[in-house]
Amino acid sequence: MPGITREEVAHLARLSRLELQAEELDHFAEQLDVIIGAVARVSEVAGQDVPPTSHPLPLTNVMRADEVRPSLTPEQALSGAPAAEEQRFRVPQILGED
Amino acid sequence: MTDLIKYTAADTAAAIASGQVSAVEVAQAHLDRIDAVDKKVNAFLHVDTEGALAAARAVDAKRAKGEELGPLAGVPLALKDVFTTQGIPTTCGSKILEGWVPPYDATLTSRLKDAGVVILGKTNMDEFAMGSSTENSAYGVTGNPWDLSRIPGGSGGGSAAALAAYEAPLAIGTDTGGSIRQPGAVTGTVGVKPTYGSVSRYGLIAFSSSLDQGGPCARTVLDAALLHEAIAGHDPLDSTSIDAPVPAVVAAAKLRDVRGMRIGVVKEFAGEGYQAGVMQRFNESVELLRELGAEVVEVSCPSFTLALPAYYLIAPSEASSNLARFDAMRYGLRVGDDGTRSAEDVTALTREAGFGPEVKRRIILGTYALSSGYYDAYYGSAQKVRTLISRDFDAAFAGVDVLISPTTPTTAFPIGERADDPMAMYLADLCTIPSNLAGNAAMSLPCGLAPEDNLPVGLQIIAPAMADDRLYRVGGAVEAALNDKWGHPLLEEAPAL
Amino acid sequence: MNLVSYDDALASYDPVMGLEVHVELGTKTKMFCGCSTTLGAEPNSQTCPTCLGLPGSLPVVNAIGVESAVKIGLALNCEIAEWCRFARKNYFYPDMPKNFQTSQYDEPIAFNGYLDVQLEDGEIFRVEIERAHMEEDTGKSSHIGGATGRIHGASHSLLDYNRAGIPLIEIVTKPIEGAGVRAPEVAKAYVAELRELIKALGVSEARMDKGQMRCDVNLSLRPHGREKFGTRSETKNVNSLRSVERAARYEIMRHATVLDDGGTIVQETRHFHEEDGSTTAGRIKDNAEDYRYFPEPDLVPIAPARAWVEELRAALPELPRVRRARLQGEWGLSDKDMQSVLNAGAVQPILETIAAGAPADQARKWWMGELARRSNETGTDLSEQPITPAQVARVCALVAEGKLNDKLARQVIEGVLAGEGEPDEVVAKRGLAVVSDDSALGAAVDQAIAENAAIADKIRDGKVAAVGALVGAVMKTTRGQADAARVKDLILERLAAEGQ
Ligand SMILES: [Mg+2]
Ligand SMILES: [Zn+2]
Repeated sequence: MPGITREEVAHLARLSRLELQAEELDHFAEQLDVIIGAVARVSEVAGQDVPPTSHPLPLTNVMRADEVRPSLTPEQALSGAPAAEEQRFRVPQILGED
Repeated sequence: MTDLIKYTAADTAAAIASGQVSAVEVAQAHLDRIDAVDKKVNAFLHVDTEGALAAARAVDAKRAKGEELGPLAGVPLALKDVFTTQGIPTTCGSKILEGWVPPYDATLTSRLKDAGVVILGKTNMDEFAMGSSTENSAYGVTGNPWDLSRIPGGSGGGSAAALAAYEAPLAIGTDTGGSIRQPGAVTGTVGVKPTYGSVSRYGLIAFSSSLDQGGPCARTVLDAALLHEAIAGHDPLDSTSIDAPVPAVVAAAKLRDVRGMRIGVVKEFAGEGYQAGVMQRFNESVELLRELGAEVVEVSCPSFTLALPAYYLIAPSEASSNLARFDAMRYGLRVGDDGTRSAEDVTALTREAGFGPEVKRRIILGTYALSSGYYDAYYGSAQKVRTLISRDFDAAFAGVDVLISPTTPTTAFPIGERADDPMAMYLADLCTIPSNLAGNAAMSLPCGLAPEDNLPVGLQIIAPAMADDRLYRVGGAVEAALNDKWGHPLLEEAPAL
Repeated sequence: MNLVSYDDALASYDPVMGLEVHVELGTKTKMFCGCSTTLGAEPNSQTCPTCLGLPGSLPVVNAIGVESAVKIGLALNCEIAEWCRFARKNYFYPDMPKNFQTSQYDEPIAFNGYLDVQLEDGEIFRVEIERAHMEEDTGKSSHIGGATGRIHGASHSLLDYNRAGIPLIEIVTKPIEGAGVRAPEVAKAYVAELRELIKALGVSEARMDKGQMRCDVNLSLRPHGREKFGTRSETKNVNSLRSVERAARYEIMRHATVLDDGGTIVQETRHFHEEDGSTTAGRIKDNAEDYRYFPEPDLVPIAPARAWVEELRAALPELPRVRRARLQGEWGLSDKDMQSVLNAGAVQPILETIAAGAPADQARKWWMGELARRSNETGTDLSEQPITPAQVARVCALVAEGKLNDKLARQVIEGVLAGEGEPDEVVAKRGLAVVSDDSALGAAVDQAIAENAAIADKIRDGKVAAVGALVGAVMKTTRGQADAARVKDLILERLAAEGQ
C-alpha cells in the first residue's frame, strides 16, 4: 500500500479546514504514514465477496410523524454564538459562492 | 460521615430512602471529597455544587412528602463531559468548546435527573473521546488513583478515576473503542458498554456515530446494573435507538450463579504484547469460572486481528465528518476574526488552535480514508471487516453464552509513555474494539492486581447484542467470589489519597 | 463579449442539457427535526439543536418527507428503491450547520423515470429522469457592508437558520439530447410541467418566486455528429420559467462563441443575471471538490414497503397532462386555444370560476380576455390578480340574470380590481345595473325617435334592420346601462303602434 506524503497531508488539512503549521505537517506526515501502513491491512479483504456493514443494527424505516415540536428560543439558539447581530449569527465575510 | 463516600450506590439509595441519611448529606460528603482530592486527581472539569445540592434537596423534599423514590434517588454521579447538560458547561475535553453552555440536555442527562440522580459535575476525558489515557484532554491529564503518575485509561479516565478516588459512587462513560472498559480495567472499577442502540446518543457529542455508546461506570456490578436500567431504553430522538425492553440486568447482577453457562475464551487475545501479570490474573479468572460451575471452552475469532485497523479507519472517518461542525460560526471558540479575515480562514485558524494533535491526526486520517480515490480500499474494506467480525461473534455465540478476555493487554502505563506514539497507544484497545464494531455488549470488572506492578487487571466479558443481562450474571458471580477470596473489594487495596 | 448568434450556434453544435431542480416540500416540519417550516418567521426562531447542528444533536426522518419523495418519484414514472439510505455530503460552508449536508448519494429513493412535456406547437418531448432524492436545505445568509447584499465586498454576513433542514427533493434529469434549437424551450417546458406536477401532488406550492423551487441548468455543446459530450457549465439558481429558457439560450451562444474561437469551456458554476439574461463565472470546479460521501451513520435505511408504494401509486391525483387533455375536451377548445389558456396560466382560475357556478365559456372569456390582458400589462401572474374566481363567477351570474350587460360587466370587473369591493357592491356604488324598466326607458326611446326622424321613417316603412341605430342612440343617452333587447322591443312597439 502507498504511504502518505507531506503534500497529501497538506491537501487533506485544507479539505478539513486545519491551518497546520509547518512542523505539524512534517510530524503528521511521518505518523500518518506509519498509521496508514498499519491499517492498510484491511484491504486484505477488499476483493472478498463480503457485504459491508455500515451500521451494527439491522433497523430500517425509523421515522417521526410530521408534527411540530417546540424550537429553541432565538436567545437560546444564539446563546453560544461568538458574535450575533439582528438576531442572526454574525460571521466573517464568506468567500466562494456568488 | 466520611464513610458515606465508600457506600455503594445501592446502599446509598437505601440509606436515603429509609431516612438514615439525607441526600444533601450524601451530596455534601462527595463535594467535600472532591474538594479534598480532585486537585491531585483532576477527574472533574466542572463541579456543579449548587446544582448537585439543589437536586439532593429535591430528593429529600420528595421523601419528606412521602413520594416514592427511584432506586438511585439521591445517589451522586460523575458525568463524562461528552454529554450535554443544559446550563452547565460542556467541553468534551476540547478547547474548541471552552465555555460552551448547551441550551439542551442529552436524553441521558434528562433520564438521570428524572431518576433523582445527583449530578456532581462533568468529568475529564480525552478530547472528543479520542484516546486511551486522558492525556489528550485540553484541560490536563487525570491521575490514576492507584498511582497518580499513571494514566487512568481513556477516553473516560475522569469518570473511572472519580469512582476509584471515591469522589462519586457512579459515573457515566462512553465507549467507542473501549473508553468505558479500558479505564475501568486500569482503575479497578466496573464499566459496561451496553448493546449499541440501547442507550440514547441524543446529546452525546459524537465521535464515531456507528460505534459510540454511553454506559454505566461503578464500583460494583450491581451498581452498574442499577445505573444501566436508569439510562437504557428507547428514545425517539435517536434513530438508532432500539425499541425493545431493556434486559433485566439488575436481576441478573443479583443472581450470582454461573452454573451451566458456557463461556468462551477468545484465543486471539493472548500472546505477544500481553503483560504476564495480566495473563496470570486472567487465567485465574478462567479457573475461577470453572470452579463456579461454568463450562469454559476456547473459541477462535480469526477476524478480530483485523479489528484494530478497521476501527482506525471507521472511527476517524466518521469523526472527520462529525467534527466538521466546529467551525467558529455558531458556538465555541473563534480565533482570528480581526475584520480582515474570511470565514473560511477563521474556521481554519480556529480549528488549528482549538483541536489537539490527536484530534487533528484523526481528522486528517478520516478525511484521507473517505477521499474518493481511497474510499474502497480503506473505508469500504473496513466495513467489510466489520461484517467478518460480526460473523465471528455469531459463530462464537452459537456455541457459548459469553466470551471472555483480558480487557487490556497491560495495566496502567505511566503518563507520557505513549503520548507521541499513536500506534502504541492504540494497542490499549485491542481487546475492546471488536464489540464496538459489531455492536454487542461487553463489561470490564476487576480481577486482581498484576503481581509485577500491583496495578488492577480487568476481566472482559462479552455478550451478544441485547443479552446484556449475561454480562451482569457472570460479572456478579465473579465479583462475589473474588471479594470472598480477598475478604474485601479490590479497591480497598488502593493507596489512600 | 460579442456572442455568436443563436442560429449560428445551432448551425454548428448540438446542445446537451441537464436540469437539476430542488423542490422545498410543504411539510409542517423540517426533514430531520420537529421545527416548523412556516415562511417569514423571525430569524432563528425555528431552530433546535438538530437543525443548528449543535454538538450531540441527532436527526430523525420526517415520514411525510419520505412519502412526498415517493409520490414525486411515482409521478415521474420512476422506480422506487426497495432499500435506500441517506449519505453525508461533506463540505464546509457557513450556511450549513453541520458542514455536511444530509442527502442521498448512490442510493436515491427514486430513479429511472421520465416526464413528457408538451412544447408550444403541441409536440410531446420526453425528458428522462435520472433520480429524485431527499436532502435538506441550508440556512440563509445576508451579506452586510457590500453593494446590494452581494457577497463581494461584504464586511461580514448574518445567518438565519430557519430554512436549514427544510426538506428538499432534488430531481435530476438524464442528459437531454436531441432538442436542438428547441433546447431552451424544452428546459422551460420541463420546469413548468414539473411545477404543475408538484402542485398537483400537493407536496409543495412550488413557488419559484419564493424559492420553493429552484433550477440549475447544466449545458454543454458538441459539434454535430460527435458522440462525446462537451464540457458543461452549471448555471445555478435560475429561479423563473422565463429565466430557465434565457439561461439555456445564453449558455448555448456563449459556449458556441468560446468554441468557435478555438477556446475551451471550463467546468464551473455560473450565475444568471435577470437584468440582461447573461451568466457570469462563479466557482471553478477543481479536483479539490471531494465531498467524501459516506452512509449517514445517524440514520437507518429507508425501505419503502411495496404494498405502501402501490397504495401511494393508486392514490396519485390525475397528472397535469392527463388533466389538461380532459379539460380541453370538456371545454371544447382547439389545441391552439388550450395552449393559450395554458400559457396564460389560466387553467386553475377558470376551473375555480366554473366550480363557483359560471359556465365554462364565460369563465374562460373573462380570464383569457380582460384579466389576461391586465396580467400581461402588469407582468404579474394571472392567479395573483386582485380578483377571485368566485367574484368572476358572480359577475357571470349577474350577466346571466340580465342585471349586467357585457359592457357593464367589464366595468364591474374593473371596480373589483380597483378594490371597490364585491361585484354587487361595485354595481351599487357605481350605479351600473341595467335599466330595463319601461317607464325609465320610455323617455329615452321617445327622444331617440324624435331626434332621428329619418331613421324612424325607414323603420315605419318596414326596414326593421335600421332599429340598431336607434338602439345605439338610446344606449348613448343612458350611458350604456339600458337593457338593449328591451330598448329594441320598445322602439319597435312604439313605431308599430303609430303606424296603425
Ligand atoms: Mg443536492
Ligand atoms: Zn430544528
